[in-house]
Amino acid sequence: MKMNHVEGDDKGHVMLYALSTCVWCKKTKRLLNDLHAEYYYVDADLLHGEEREGVMNEIKQWNPKCSFPTLVVNNRTCIVGYKEDEIRGLLK
Amino acid sequence: MNGEDIVTEKEVEDVYQRLDRETSQAGYNLNPDTEVTMELVRGLLVNEKRYGYWACPCRLASGNYHNDLDIICPCDYRDKDVTEYGSCYCGLYVSKAVVKGEQKVDPIPERRPPPEERVQITQREGTLSLPVWRCRVCGYLCARDEPPEVCPICKAKKERFERFM
Repeated sequence: MKMNHVEGDDKGHVMLYALSTCVWCKKTKRLLNDLHAEYYYVDADLLHGEEREGVMNEIKQWNPKCSFPTLVVNNRTCIVGYKEDEIRGLLK
Repeated sequence: MNGEDIVTEKEVEDVYQRLDRETSQAGYNLNPDTEVTMELVRGLLVNEKRYGYWACPCRLASGNYHNDLDIICPCDYRDKDVTEYGSCYCGLYVSKAVVKGEQKVDPIPERRPPPEERVQITQREGTLSLPVWRCRVCGYLCARDEPPEVCPICKAKKERFERFM
């Protein structure tokens, strides 16, 4: 699966599950950019078939509702939704 | 492929203006944060080009019209979410309190049940002289042989009606 990589400062492993059409996902990407964090993201709506299913199964482990944006940091902490303060706190 | 580039600024602006007019006439409110609202309208138009209908831009559409019916904007969950949280799931529609600046739009939990728990639109039989149909979007009720082609209140299509009595 093609993961998008955004260069930045190392603030841990940051993985964002997003939708290309979602305004809150866009805001999350913008916030990560503003924080200069290095991160990976995938837009699930641009995937099809098995690729999409694979990503949904990954998200489900963190967020059973499979909603977007789902942000996973260091394979340990998960933030669902554009919670600006929480994200800022986690990626200081 | 992602359709983002084929929606023009003018299309977004035109649809926003129309939606703003229709929404206030129907007693609903668009999010006064126009930056967010315009972005959501853009998402709806991208989905219209992708799927042929206004799938919620903040949810993953399957691309199957029947399976996505409950998340076609305005979605089946809008009214409950606006009442409980002051905003619908994506934030396009908000309460009067949000418009007045008395309430903030925060991320809200997803109300849509997982696929296996989703209720199929019911077509049950009754003993009335006419069946009563309920619009799942706005709650409008009408007694007639078939639901209307379009809900006279919220403009949702016939497929969004369930048999109520």
